[in-house]
Amino acid sequence: MENKWFTISVYAENNVGLLNRISGIFLKRHINIEGLNVSKSEIENVSKFTIVVFTNVEWTRKIVAQIEKQIEVIKAFYHVDDEIIYQESALFKIASHLLFDEREIQNIIKESNSQIVTVSRDFFVLAKTGRRHEIDEMHDELEPYGIMQFVRSGRIAVTKAAMPITALLNEVH
Amino acid sequence: MAEGVDILYGYPGGAIMPVYDELYKFQDKLTHILTRHEQGATHAAQGYARVSGKVGVAMATSGPGATNLVTGLADAQIDSTPMVCITGQVPRHLLGSDAFQETDIIGISTPVTKWNHQITNAEEIPEVMAKAFYIAKSGRPGPVLVDITKNAQFDELDFSYEHCRGVRSYKPVPKPDLDAIDAAAALINAAKKPYIVFGQGVILGEAEEQLKALVEKAGIPAAWTILGLSAMDTDHPLNVGMVGMHGNYGPNVLTNECDVLVAIGMRFDDRVTGSLDTYAKQAKVIHFEIDPAEINKNVTADVAVLGDSKETLNLLLPKIKENKHKEWHNEFKERYKIEYDTVIKEELHPTKDGLTMAEVINEINIASGHKAVIVSDVGQHQMIACRYAKFKQTKSNITSGGLGTMGFALPAAIGAKMGAMDREVVAIIGDGGYQMTIQELGTIFQNKTPVKIVVLNNDHLGMVRQWQELFFESRYASTVMSNPDFVKIAEGYDITAKRVSERKELKGTVEEMMASKEAYFLEVKVEKEDNVFPMIPSGASVSDIRLK
Repeated sequence: MENKWFTISVYAENNVGLLNRISGIFLKRHINIEGLNVSKSEIENVSKFTIVVFTNVEWTRKIVAQIEKQIEVIKAFYHVDDEIIYQESALFKIASHLLFDEREIQNIIKESNSQIVTVSRDFFVLAKTGRRHEIDEMHDELEPYGIMQFVRSGRIAVTKAAMPITALLNEVH
Repeated sequence: MAEGVDILYGYPGGAIMPVYDELYKFQDKLTHILTRHEQGATHAAQGYARVSGKVGVAMATSGPGATNLVTGLADAQIDSTPMVCITGQVPRHLLGSDAFQETDIIGISTPVTKWNHQITNAEEIPEVMAKAFYIAKSGRPGPVLVDITKNAQFDELDFSYEHCRGVRSYKPVPKPDLDAIDAAAALINAAKKPYIVFGQGVILGEAEEQLKALVEKAGIPAAWTILGLSAMDTDHPLNVGMVGMHGNYGPNVLTNECDVLVAIGMRFDDRVTGSLDTYAKQAKVIHFEIDPAEINKNVTADVAVLGDSKETLNLLLPKIKENKHKEWHNEFKERYKIEYDTVIKEELHPTKDGLTMAEVINEINIASGHKAVIVSDVGQHQMIACRYAKFKQTKSNITSGGLGTMGFALPAAIGAKMGAMDREVVAIIGDGGYQMTIQELGTIFQNKTPVKIVVLNNDHLGMVRQWQELFFESRYASTVMSNPDFVKIAEGYDITAKRVSERKELKGTVEEMMASKEAYFLEVKVEKEDNVFPMIPSGASVSDIRLK
């Protein structure tokens, strides 16, 4: 069975320890979490976990079933990339003098559609939002000039199809 | 007490002392059984839960007290046993400071609990405890751990207790899908060789009557998984035996000949299925199951009927046509004859001098009139007990199925006896497992618990030795046991104790044991190197079950 990127979206109560419980489901099956983001969702007091894994559909289906079984999980879904709108963001910290010494850096900033978040005497910070490969490309282009710090967020995603979480919650009530 | 708890098992210590101090005041209403180890408390709670259908409760202090619960939690999790464990924890302000007897029991117990929660504030106690009992018992049952920091135990609150009636993110019982029930009925009615395999879901759902009605109406041969055993009278003509690694011959090989396989409240464990690539591939599979995560986990279901087994079987029954399937049933009888001639006959009526485990079980069957609760440990004796024990009544076979926890039986038998005081409880244990929790003899001594303890002693870790013989060219690495005088040990705890080494003493001693009103210890010296057959070698197909 072919391995693919899957985005798992979990709607859950915002409780201490739930992340541990969910990550344990991956650990038990020796599957690495490639991306993880936890945030509030469109529903009050409901958190949304967005988890990215690279595995096959069979494993993904079973993992999602186990996640959904957890008491504090309202609903979990999995999607392939075509079914979602998704983004990641990254921050690059770079020495300020490079902005003036290396003309190419200014081109990279323009072409990559990234923003300068802050500039100080010693460093400036670039923010880039986009798909993983776009961020990777930008990273590769900047790397020869020296990156002081780099960080990339987990994937965030919304689905093209509707997610009937509110209806589900009402049903339980 | 609001949850119907009248007994709990535990072991006090620093961080749980305020709770024990309160228990002291309620001694007349709430019995606390002091086990000799926290693991014993969990297994006793499990035994109590399994025999009574109620939630078992175990309690321990923080740190080592809490970590000693982990094996029992894991056992209860994999065998779907309703249990609530309460642990003490260091005071809130010391959390994370590596305080004395601090351990992150929430972190440690997460993978082996259905739910867990840490209380740091007394105000939370009523609601969380209500939720804990609700979650442990509802849907597919399981263990819940509640960790209470010491400050929360000391604090006072305006106490009012309300039962938990629901958790918005948790749907314990899926609503039955009537189309799935119709599809299941159609498959069963059209089947030429239908076959039922039932598991503990029948017992947990209290669907024993419905199972029997289905089996009789449709004339379907039915086999049990190790945890399904006792859901149906073992002498019922359509009850054809046990599936799995050491199950019966017919139930295993005919899995690969049936045309419709009806799985009820079972999870297609690898010890049941052997190789999945060759498991029931010819059959349409109908899976009655309460837990959606079990559907298509191991075996793909053609029809999945989600829901509580009693409810779904009640919906199914009126749609089922009467049938007999006599020829198909005869195939099971023929396989039974083969198994009887090659295995069972010699096990039950040996022609050799050495005692077999099966003849001991058989004597217990006879002396108890098939009415005893049998609590078995893990290993050869467990397989023999599950193969040969006879049951008339449900919730009578208590064993560690999924986890295979050696040391389970002695404490579980204590809990089982306390959960069914009107019944005889017989623990069947090997010489290895017995010594893993032998300290619970102290609990039996202190509480005068009238359990019957049978140690089938072959001076080996028999099941591992059997594998070494069959698959590791008889290299008996660390499986030979030099054992102490078990009779003297039991006598030290003031328990009547006998040893039987010869056949002529067996019947009389078993009868004496069963007639005793007190705790009784019986050691039977059995043949040292007997093997359990039939056997499906690990990873082989159910069709390749070996008779010798």
